[in-house]
Amino acid sequence: MTYLRKVWAIVRKDLVTELRSREMLSSMGAFSVLVILLFAFAFDLRVAKAGTVAPGALWSVIAFAGILGLGRTLSAEIDRGVFDALLLAPVDRSVIFFGKAAGIILFMFVIEAVILPLFVIFFNLPFFQPAIILIVVLGTIGYGGIGTLLSTMAANTRLREVLLPVLLLPIAIPALLAAVKCTAGVLDGRAFEDWSNWFGLLVAFDLVMLGAAFLVYDFVVED
Amino acid sequence: MITANSLTKQFGPLMALRGIDLDIRPGEFATIVGPNGAGKTTLLRILATLSRPTHGHVSIAGHALPKGADEARRQIGLLSHQPLLYGDLTAEENLRFFGAMYDVPNLNARIDQLIDQVNLADRRRDRARTFSRGMQQRLAIARALLHDPAVLLLDEPFTGLDPQASDRLEQLLHTLNDGSRTVVMTIHDLERGWALCTRALVIARGKIVFEARTADLDAATFRSEYRRVTQ
Repeated sequence: MTYLRKVWAIVRKDLVTELRSREMLSSMGAFSVLVILLFAFAFDLRVAKAGTVAPGALWSVIAFAGILGLGRTLSAEIDRGVFDALLLAPVDRSVIFFGKAAGIILFMFVIEAVILPLFVIFFNLPFFQPAIILIVVLGTIGYGGIGTLLSTMAANTRLREVLLPVLLLPIAIPALLAAVKCTAGVLDGRAFEDWSNWFGLLVAFDLVMLGAAFLVYDFVVED
Repeated sequence: MITANSLTKQFGPLMALRGIDLDIRPGEFATIVGPNGAGKTTLLRILATLSRPTHGHVSIAGHALPKGADEARRQIGLLSHQPLLYGDLTAEENLRFFGAMYDVPNLNARIDQLIDQVNLADRRRDRARTFSRGMQQRLAIARALLHDPAVLLLDEPFTGLDPQASDRLEQLLHTLNDGSRTVVMTIHDLERGWALCTRALVIARGKIVFEARTADLDAATFRSEYRRVTQ
C-alpha cells in the first residue's frame, strides 16, 4: 500500500503541476490537432478505403505527441534540479518510474480523448469502439512506459531533444506496428483471430518493456 | 556518522576525486571549501547517494552505500544552491509531497512547525515560483528538514542570495548547529564557512589538502593556509 501511495503522490504532483502550467498538454494538444488537419488535407479521404491510412495516421499522431510530452515530463524537473530531490527520497527507484510513467500515460490518454473524435470527424470511421479503445490504452501504456525510461536516459544529455526520438521510435516499432495492425483489423471488421497475433505482440511488448524498465531504472538515474 | 575511504570519481578522462578519506563525527558541522572545479559538489553528490563513486567506500549513519542507500537516504537532508522545489506547487503542497515520499509521521503538524520556523506562514498557500530567491531557500530548508534528518548536506546554500537573505539563512543554520545533527556544507565564502563550522576541510584538485578544527585555529591563519594549499 505504501508503495502505491507513493506512486500516486508522484502522479498527483505531476497532474497538479501540469493542470496549473499546462505546458505539456497544450503543446501535445496543439501538435495533435495540427497534424490531424494536415493529414486530412494531405490524404485524399474520398478514397473508398480511408481505413487503409487512418490507423497509421492515428498512431503517428499518438507517437509524436507522446514524444513531445515525454521530452517535457522529466527535462523540466532535471533542469530545475528537483529530480535530485525526488531521487533523494528513500523509495525504491521503481516508485519514481511508475509514478512518472503513469503521469505521462494519463496525459496521453487526455490527448487521445481529444484526437479520437477528430479522427471520427475527419476520417468518418468508427473509432469509438471498445476494441479500439482497448488497443489505444495498451499501445499507450507500452509506449509511455518505455518512453519514460528512455526520456530519463536522454534528459541528462545535451542532445536530449534529438536523442529521445532516435532511441524511442526504433524500440517502439513493434508496439506501434502491432497497434496499427490491430486498429486496422477492428476498423475493417475482421475477426479477432485475424489480428490476435498482433494483439498478443502488443500485450507482450507492454509486459516486457514495463518489466525491463522496472529492473533497469535504478541504473539509469544514477550518474 | 559519515565515513569515506579512498573515494575516487572519474568522468571520462577527468578525475574529479582522487582518493578522499573522510570521517565526520555525529554532531559535527564540517565546512568544505575549495576553488571552482576542486570536487566539492561531486563529493557532496556522492555523500547524498545521487552519484556512485568510481572506487572507494562510503557509509552514512552506519549504512554502507550503495547497498544501504535507501536507509541512508532517510537520514539525509539536502539543501542545494537550487531550491529543489516544484514552482507550480504551493509551499504547503511541496512539503506535503515530500512528506509523503518520506512517510513523515504527523505530517500536518510537522508542516505547520517548519513553515513557522522558516517564517513563511503567510505565504504557505502561494506557489513556490512566486517566492523571492531568499524565500525559496527558506522553504528549501523546511523541505530538507521535513523528515528530521540526522545528516544535513548543504551545497553552496548561499549562492544567489542577497545580503539580507544570506544573513537570515546564516541565522537559521546557526540554530541547526546545536550538535543534534551532522552538517556538511560546501561554500566559497571562507569567512562565513569558518564562522558556521566546527571543522573546515580544504579540497583542491580532487583531494583534501588541509583540515582544521575551529577550536584549534583562528580564521586568519585558516585563510592564509587556504591560499597556500590551493595555489
